[in-house]
Amino acid sequence: MTPVQAIIAKELRGYFVSPVVYVVGAIFLLIFGFLSYLYVVYAGYQAIQIMQMQGGQAQLNLNDLVFRNLFASMRFVLLIILPILTMRLFAEERKLRTFEFLMTSPIGINEIVAGKFVSVFLVFLSLLGLTGLVPTVLMLFSDFDWNPIWTGYLGMTLLGALFISVGLLASAITENQIVAAFLSFGMLLLIWLISGLGALLGDTTLGQIISYVSFMDHYDRLVRGLIDTKDLVYFFSSLAFMLFLTHRVVESSRWK
Amino acid sequence: MIDVQNITKRYGNLTAIDRVTFSVAKGEVLAFLGPNGAGKTTTMRILTCFMPATEGTAKVAGFDCADQPLEVKRRIGYLPETPPVYQEFTVSEYLTFVGRLRGMVGKNLSTALDQSIEKLALGSVRHRLIGNLSRGYRQRVGLAQAVLHDPPVLILDEPTVGLDPKQIIEIRDLIKSLAGSHSVILSTHILPEATAVCQRVVIISGGRIVAEDTPDQLSARLRHSEKISVTIKTPPDNCLTKLQSIAGILNVFQGQSAGTFLLECALGQDKRDEVARFVIANQWGLLELRTISMTLEDVFLQLTRHEEGMTPQVEQVSELPQATQETAS
Repeated sequence: MTPVQAIIAKELRGYFVSPVVYVVGAIFLLIFGFLSYLYVVYAGYQAIQIMQMQGGQAQLNLNDLVFRNLFASMRFVLLIILPILTMRLFAEERKLRTFEFLMTSPIGINEIVAGKFVSVFLVFLSLLGLTGLVPTVLMLFSDFDWNPIWTGYLGMTLLGALFISVGLLASAITENQIVAAFLSFGMLLLIWLISGLGALLGDTTLGQIISYVSFMDHYDRLVRGLIDTKDLVYFFSSLAFMLFLTHRVVESSRWK
Repeated sequence: MIDVQNITKRYGNLTAIDRVTFSVAKGEVLAFLGPNGAGKTTTMRILTCFMPATEGTAKVAGFDCADQPLEVKRRIGYLPETPPVYQEFTVSEYLTFVGRLRGMVGKNLSTALDQSIEKLALGSVRHRLIGNLSRGYRQRVGLAQAVLHDPPVLILDEPTVGLDPKQIIEIRDLIKSLAGSHSVILSTHILPEATAVCQRVVIISGGRIVAEDTPDQLSARLRHSEKISVTIKTPPDNCLTKLQSIAGILNVFQGQSAGTFLLECALGQDKRDEVARFVIANQWGLLELRTISMTLEDVFLQLTRHEEGMTPQVEQVSELPQATQETAS
């Protein structure tokens, strides 16, 4: 086991022996299930309307009516859920004074940051994996295109990774977990809301730049089933940038 | 093994340590003594590469702390002020994690684990959650962590805090047994501890080294006269003046109890023989006769008080009695 793996294992253990993952996971899955139920019922309701108006068998498009809405709503759910998972990462180490121990262990800050990131990402992936039950069950009752669902999951994975990296940064800034959670809520909401500003400015250069910085458009395209290199570049570069900032913040805490 | 040259650490305007220079040879145990806030922890943090020095160089086993931190970290076992333990781990899980962080694997790790558990007598709590252990056990787990990879250099920040007297003795014995093969720096403000385990003492106050020597020589250096305590069964009323009349006795003071007197004579002279003869000749009844050596406490207080008039760190130093009380309680 390499040091990074040791850190990942340690963090995972930290998650699974505390109630955090169970509570957060249960609520996440509950919300996901409830939203799916709402959208499916809504789709059924629309189908009945169409049948009444036009007569005959209406073709129900689950991709448009259920999954796209569901994935779009997940932005908000992830924004609430992930900061709760990430808030402890560095803040707790500082509070318990184990931060000094980690920093004096013969491993680089890169490895610490990577280990912590990967551990939450794995927790998140396993939660996301469990949501796969919804499309699997729906497949039994209806026919739909799986491709936009894969891109939707790709979108959620990338969005989740980005949120986690923002949460990691917030956790590195403060030793108070609550402050860390609110910092990441704040940062993520801000990145979200500036897309409104971008839309307001429209097709000007500034407007385009602002729209690009927000994750909204990039995520929307993936949810609609569109894989564009531009969006992938956005996610990977912003992820790298956030991890880089985290590294800097952790490093600079030594100088204070 | 450890070589510190003129390190200075400033936090903004506050100078935590000021041109500190010392070195530790291989196998030597060095105590860092000083009141709270003197700069002990800061110095240790610089040596363990947790924070860089503002000025000066620190080298451990030939590697510069600023340039090759990983090499330094590999050779150090460090116990910070608060034992760095994870509450949700059992003792052996925690130590396994620590070993893996240090790149130990397989059989290597399991033997090291068993050894450190044995060294610190943690066998009985091996499979218990650290969160449920008492302060003393946690401190020992912290120590086990520091010695796990058998590092050539050990840096221990107040290793015996929170332990009961028996455990303190065990830990001191452990540290003594490490001397010879390991270089150890330990900080403490418990002075007998320094006398008990260390070959050399560095006294630091207000961020500066005020003295550095062996415990014996330190007290010898600061002694201005030899002191003898004598206890007499039936002292006459004019006992003080009579004792004063013994040749070579400079001063006589009344001791704590009625029959006890403190006699002062010039440095390097032993007047016990004369005093004994005198008391016996007068038939006062000699109960006790001994020399009083200066304890490290006296040396320490003298040195740190000495600073008061000269440096601006008066407040830090004058806080000392209060500070020691705090830790005692």
